[in-house]
Amino acid sequence: MNYISIYNNKPVGLKEIPELGYQEFMKSNVDMLNGRADRHCVNYFGYETGEGVKLFCCIADDTTHQINISSSVVGKKSTLHSFTALNHNFENFEREIHENFGIQYLDHPWLKPFRKIEDYPFCKAESEELHEVGVGPIHAGIIEPGHFRFICNGEQIMHLEIQLGFQHRGIEQLFLQKDRLIERTTLAENIAGDTVVGHTAAFVNLWESLCGFAPDYSLEYSRTLAMELERVAVHTGDLAAICGDIAYQLGNSVYGRLRTPIINFFQEWGGNRLAKGLIRAGKINYPFTPELANRLAQVLDTFEPDFDEISSKLFKLPSALSRMEKTGVVSYEEVLEIGTVGMAARMSGLRRDIRTSHPFNLYGSSVIHEPILKRHGDVYSRTQIRKEEVRQSLGYIRKIIENVPEFRKPEEVHFAPAANMFAISLTEGWRGEICHCAITDNSGNLVLYKIKDPSLHNWMALAMSVRNNEISDFPVCNKSFNLSYSGHDL
Amino acid sequence: MLDNLRIMWHQGKQFIPDVTTAKVPGIFRGRPVISGTPADGLILADLCPTKAISANPLCIDLGRCTFCGECAVRFPDLITFTQDYKLSSNERERLIIKEGEEGPVLVNPDKVRKEIRRIFGSSLKLRQVSAGGDNSCELELNATNNVQFDISRFGIDFVASPRHADGIVITGPITRNMAPSLEICYNAIPNPKIIILAGTDAISGGIFEDSPELDRSFVSNHHIDLYVPGNPVHPLTFINGVLGLLGRSR
Repeated sequence: MNYISIYNNKPVGLKEIPELGYQEFMKSNVDMLNGRADRHCVNYFGYETGEGVKLFCCIADDTTHQINISSSVVGKKSTLHSFTALNHNFENFEREIHENFGIQYLDHPWLKPFRKIEDYPFCKAESEELHEVGVGPIHAGIIEPGHFRFICNGEQIMHLEIQLGFQHRGIEQLFLQKDRLIERTTLAENIAGDTVVGHTAAFVNLWESLCGFAPDYSLEYSRTLAMELERVAVHTGDLAAICGDIAYQLGNSVYGRLRTPIINFFQEWGGNRLAKGLIRAGKINYPFTPELANRLAQVLDTFEPDFDEISSKLFKLPSALSRMEKTGVVSYEEVLEIGTVGMAARMSGLRRDIRTSHPFNLYGSSVIHEPILKRHGDVYSRTQIRKEEVRQSLGYIRKIIENVPEFRKPEEVHFAPAANMFAISLTEGWRGEICHCAITDNSGNLVLYKIKDPSLHNWMALAMSVRNNEISDFPVCNKSFNLSYSGHDL
Repeated sequence: MLDNLRIMWHQGKQFIPDVTTAKVPGIFRGRPVISGTPADGLILADLCPTKAISANPLCIDLGRCTFCGECAVRFPDLITFTQDYKLSSNERERLIIKEGEEGPVLVNPDKVRKEIRRIFGSSLKLRQVSAGGDNSCELELNATNNVQFDISRFGIDFVASPRHADGIVITGPITRNMAPSLEICYNAIPNPKIIILAGTDAISGGIFEDSPELDRSFVSNHHIDLYVPGNPVHPLTFINGVLGLLGRSR
């Protein structure tokens, strides 16, 4: 076999991962994706060893529910053929490998800086008819920094190039430097502050599996509940922001205020509106109680009618629909080629959802999830998905809070990661698939921690979506994706 | 039309009538109180992810604290987090809570530059810059202007251009890649102008403090007018901090 197949959160000995020659490694991984919509690359990265750079490629197979992992060692600063020339799924991963290790690619279509900010020649169009618009890194609203360079024909966008990296804090390196668990957990909580539960759950699931600790039902329960609550809160906030960008003030205010009771419930449960401090490896400091379950049921009882009322208004309002329908379209073929994940895949009919394909925590057992799919790939589809996923998540939450398990008192667990292991953890945050990978050395120390936020795949979909749209529709296109800068830049 | 009125009616009164006295729901971790000396303060200090706790004498630095609550869970007799969300000050030292201190964290009016209250007392326009912020403080700063917290009622607003602003609100630990843009933005604000650091990451670097990817020279090169602790900052912490700076808190 050219690869080893493992399940989500099932670590494997480093020695068991086949090491191939680069040509074979490339052929095997690219062929795996060929004509298979049920497979995509969840992570592809390198790490420096004595002999050179060891590359690991992880291809998720939604049909077998496994992840196929293979590796290859190449010399530092070597010149190679790129995977990307054959399949665009690998584009960003190879740009990162190029930037981190100086590996040159002969036929990569666009080997531009990934997180480095330097004087970089943006794509230009030589024409007297066209003009450029530069936006950022600092934007007009209170959002994270990134640079957008548009080439426009009048009001119409011909091309958008996105330059990120302004947020780079060196998180992956800090994961190795800081060796206390509490430090690493805090880092995981700060990868993307809008996806605290998604990323922290990915980290603690990975850490527990790497240390051979089996979490009890109550821990998995609290993580699943928090994951769905986070989805409801952020989707509701996004609906508010989309309404804001199409100048629908009532929707903006109502959805905006509806987010508050959900995040305030996080505070009632764990003392923080964005769930920081809630998810911990081996324990939970703030157990979920039947009283909290009753309280949450009350919150949802008042949330649901107001949410449904404003949703039925928004989705019937001609002036809103005309701004959302056929705006920012990305086709099924395009998302497949880019390799998008999460909502940015499901909006165009591409069925990608880790809750179904690579279940974790209570998914696949207490929560049987069926992904919500749309076909048009426009702002309207992305808005509809949010509304329907909120309804779906509320259903899951209602169901699991009927039976609250017994929680143990928080106790410190001694964690010792196994030596020479490769661990992978996938979760489905509200934005899409999150992937964390770790490698340990002879004595069980971390030698690599690799984080992938869904935004890494999806930024290209945003760039494609705005082509031939008016530049005034860029904000609503951007908001309908709501991608993470810090999750990408790390 | 009638639909719209019905929707509005169903929302009831959402705004918080008095943001200086409002109670926060649940177990909000606000200003900590230290009520005793531990047998071994070093164990306690070692629990903290961001070295916010120092032993002998025991104190907690809110400019470093991530408010994770780990210390209070492990030593509930020694440390409790109260629901007091008024955590902001214009003096860095005031963010350090010592053993036995139960008083509120306040802005020292004597140290506020005179022109701030005179010029910005009834109208303050702010430009926000995220410099490596993880989008949590950014979300909460956006929330300060939603229908519930409604910071605009005080004449305080976030504006799109530094040219229209009276000051800058910085979130995030300040990455190397954002440091030049931050400086450009600050320079574009007309004088006099204020600087507010919002969140633990901005005040001390937080969990990212040791990262070589940061460039915090901006913080050491400029006078900071207000420190707003939190991870992320609570909207009420921010609003009350700014009101305190402007001399408008009761």
